Amino acid sequence: MSDIKVKTAPVLGVDGRSAGHLLEIDNLHVEFRTRDGIAKVINGVSYHVDAGETLAVLGESGSGKSVTAQTIMGILDTPPGFVTDGAIRFRGKDLLTMGKDERRLVRGEGIAMVFQDALSALNPVFTVGFQIAELFRKRRGMSRADGYKRAAELLDLVKIPAASARLRDFPHQFSGGMRQRVMIAMALALDPEVLIADEPTTALDVTVQAQIMDLLAEIRRDRNMGMILITHDLGVVADVADRIAVMYAGRIVEQADVHALYGKPCHPYTLALLDSLPRLDLKGQELNTIKGLPPNLLRIPSGCAFHPRCRMARDICSAERPALVELGGVRSSACHFAEELYGRE
Amino acid sequence: MSSPEVATATAEAAVAPVTPAPAEPPRKDKPRSLWTDAWYELRRKPLFVISAIMITIFVLMAAFPWLFTSVSPTEADLNRSLTPPDFGAWFQFGKGGQFGYDLQGADVYARTIYGARASIVVGLSAVIGNMLLGGFFGILSGYLGGWTDALLARFGDIFLGLPFVLGALVILSTFAPVQSSPSAFRITSLVIVTFITLGWPSFARIMRAAVLSTKQLDFVHAAQALGARPGRIILRHVLPNAVAPMVVVGTITLGAYIGAEATLSFLGVGLREPVVSWGIMIGEARQLMEAAPYMMAFPAAFLAIAVLSFVMLGDAVRDALDPKLR
Amino acid sequence: MGRYALRRLLQAIPVFIGTTFLIWFLVWGLPGDPFAGRCGEKQCPAAYVNYMTEKFGLDDPLPVQYLNYLKNLATGNFGQTFNGIEIGELLAQAFPISIKLALVAVAAEALIGITAGVLTGLRRGSFLDNLVLVSTLVLIALPIFVIGIVARYAFGLASVSPEAPWHELIIPGLILGSGSLAYITRLTRVNIVENRRADYVRTAVAKGLSPGRVTGVHLLRNSMIPVVTWLGLDLGALMGGAIVTEGIFNIRGIGGLLFGAISRRESGIVVSIVAILVLVYLIVNLLVDLLYGVLDPRIRYE
Repeated sequence: MSDIKVKTAPVLGVDGRSAGHLLEIDNLHVEFRTRDGIAKVINGVSYHVDAGETLAVLGESGSGKSVTAQTIMGILDTPPGFVTDGAIRFRGKDLLTMGKDERRLVRGEGIAMVFQDALSALNPVFTVGFQIAELFRKRRGMSRADGYKRAAELLDLVKIPAASARLRDFPHQFSGGMRQRVMIAMALALDPEVLIADEPTTALDVTVQAQIMDLLAEIRRDRNMGMILITHDLGVVADVADRIAVMYAGRIVEQADVHALYGKPCHPYTLALLDSLPRLDLKGQELNTIKGLPPNLLRIPSGCAFHPRCRMARDICSAERPALVELGGVRSSACHFAEELYGRE
Repeated sequence: MSSPEVATATAEAAVAPVTPAPAEPPRKDKPRSLWTDAWYELRRKPLFVISAIMITIFVLMAAFPWLFTSVSPTEADLNRSLTPPDFGAWFQFGKGGQFGYDLQGADVYARTIYGARASIVVGLSAVIGNMLLGGFFGILSGYLGGWTDALLARFGDIFLGLPFVLGALVILSTFAPVQSSPSAFRITSLVIVTFITLGWPSFARIMRAAVLSTKQLDFVHAAQALGARPGRIILRHVLPNAVAPMVVVGTITLGAYIGAEATLSFLGVGLREPVVSWGIMIGEARQLMEAAPYMMAFPAAFLAIAVLSFVMLGDAVRDALDPKLR
Repeated sequence: MGRYALRRLLQAIPVFIGTTFLIWFLVWGLPGDPFAGRCGEKQCPAAYVNYMTEKFGLDDPLPVQYLNYLKNLATGNFGQTFNGIEIGELLAQAFPISIKLALVAVAAEALIGITAGVLTGLRRGSFLDNLVLVSTLVLIALPIFVIGIVARYAFGLASVSPEAPWHELIIPGLILGSGSLAYITRLTRVNIVENRRADYVRTAVAKGLSPGRVTGVHLLRNSMIPVVTWLGLDLGALMGGAIVTEGIFNIRGIGGLLFGAISRRESGIVVSIVAILVLVYLIVNLLVDLLYGVLDPRIRYE
């Protein structure tokens, strides 16, 4: 076999010892207690992001990528959602154990979030100006006039034409792309250190998608923010992300920097995802889709959760859950055949 | 809440989307699965079970009052005038006086039992009449649209524009003046007709909405394209869609009508002697609150429980049919 | 919006004419002797009947009588009672009292109903929630006249004095509004429960706003749209629904006036009051419709 040393990925930051990342999620477990049973939505997710870098979290719906983001923001619906284990450290302090008021102040200022559907995420009965200025008024103690002035500057920053005139408009009066820009402006208001963008372009037209992604990338660069980009769309992340974490059934199955991952995926699920992308050079051929459905989180398959849909599955896959192992010191994958995949040409 | 308009509006507000803006996509699942789901939901709800049992008892009371008492409600003996309740008689069937005797010396228990009939008969007939009349005009409006629709809408508004108690007061006092003493049949049917006159437009609106939303559905377009006659489309597609809101609004309205009947009888313009009605009993008891509070307590309790049972039943059915609020 | 308001106003005209005609016809138009029983046990003397018929124009054809009535109404001339009292004066005395009563009722509904609805909506399934739900059911089930009689007896309340000062109207107002109060509570609760999980509430939390501001501004403002609409409509309906309450507490408002007029068959008063109430009801309806557009900017009027 290969000569790569196999070891489990390092668990960063055991209690009291911070690895010094800006934001780090450590062994997070979340479950949803529903009428039909307990759904294990997140089963030990760990990732981190530092200032100036973009981490893309990739996965199908139900993989737990958005729930992780909600847990970081503290907007998980409880009930049914409960955090059962793990820590979320921002600048070394655990958000999950800190006081309510302290945590509230982290929102918007430390970590801000851009939601998927701006139409429902913006309050329909208040003007856009009110909703942005509100942050300055309530969090910075500014006067109404100053708040609106800053709001106009922000709308200008996210390239909304006639910014100060549009402050008086309601969310439904904006086009989809403009609305998402408003959402971004609002998230940027308090100069956050980490920006979480939860499928920011899913609801938009393809042409607008690119504009929004460019805008996000530009802002991230200018402000040296850390960014977590949550998406199910492999095409979106290639240009923007530095690192990618692929999630499946509440676990990270592969983590690597973007070029390594695209160049040589080391998990059959990532492989299948890349295979299912439409490609220009294979025009006319049938798309390779991943067979089967994402797992029911009430009954996650034994062993590797992906094995019922995996082309490489063998007996061991249903019996034993593969650990996330480090490959070549820079990337990790949770597959029994990770080294084989890593070692291939 | 003694105004049935309130109840109708309540139910309408809950059945139809409250905001006109975000139009909900028409419900496309089969009615059968909707009702099966609702039934599954309902059976496990204590409120539903209790109100269903109470309604059954009231209906039995209305149909066969002699199952509950062997004493005549009209037999009066001035010797027992204002005798307080005899709690010892509660467990001896055939003995009167459980709830005491009224001013005339008639048995309050027997009168309370017989009073259920007036309430159920008025409520049920009025609601069924509303459904038929309102349903008919609703289908007409929704199906024909255009001028017919506009005309019927304005015509319905005339009756909705009258506050319910006010309208009923004027109609009833015109056809049965306060001092007159019409026969039991005449005054009962007059009350029912009055309720239908004032209530049908609400039901027409529900039916019209059901017709309009059904007309939009693809399979109805398909049926039309294949040459199905309007009668068949209404029977097969429109009516099943209208049943759910009709049942909900009808049940709640029934409760409200029982309260309204009692209110009008209390005011002296609704039912009156020789009909036995809870509203009349409460009106009589009003003057005797000091001397004989039981004359008030028992019919009022029955009235409240009857109204509550129907309102609760309607509420429970609506909740079961509307998964959004679950 | 202006064109929409105008269209609605135009639509209200035939409804107003239809409703008042209906009532007018019931009261004046039906065949029968309008003076029956007006002279005690005896038949009225022919001279009196002739004089009254002349005075009220009862010999004219029906449409003419109705048009005359409308004309008088438009000029503020409500006519006289059979005893020669100006109906306009009676109305001027009675209406302010009923308006006061309705305002007390609506204020109670808004204050108590919305508070209870918000509290229960935020703590769904709690003891308080169940307690309030049961109380609202009782209020909805008990007709106003039962609540009124029992309350009057239980608190030993006297009749309201003729001038109807505010403080004496508090309990009657509460009773008048009790049914709607229960409904407002439930409506508020349902809306709070529904909107609590809305995305924009989540956004407000993610902005790091205080819980008070999230609930008090973002959640409440959206949940109040149907509630305020309902309150408006109720103000119109309460005016006419006060007959029972005013009767029980001997309040000298339009309800009492109307009920007395019906028993004494004072047709002129009945028709005038109903006409005004219908007008109020229609105008309130229109205003509430327009208010809806102000409350919810998404509504477009075509």
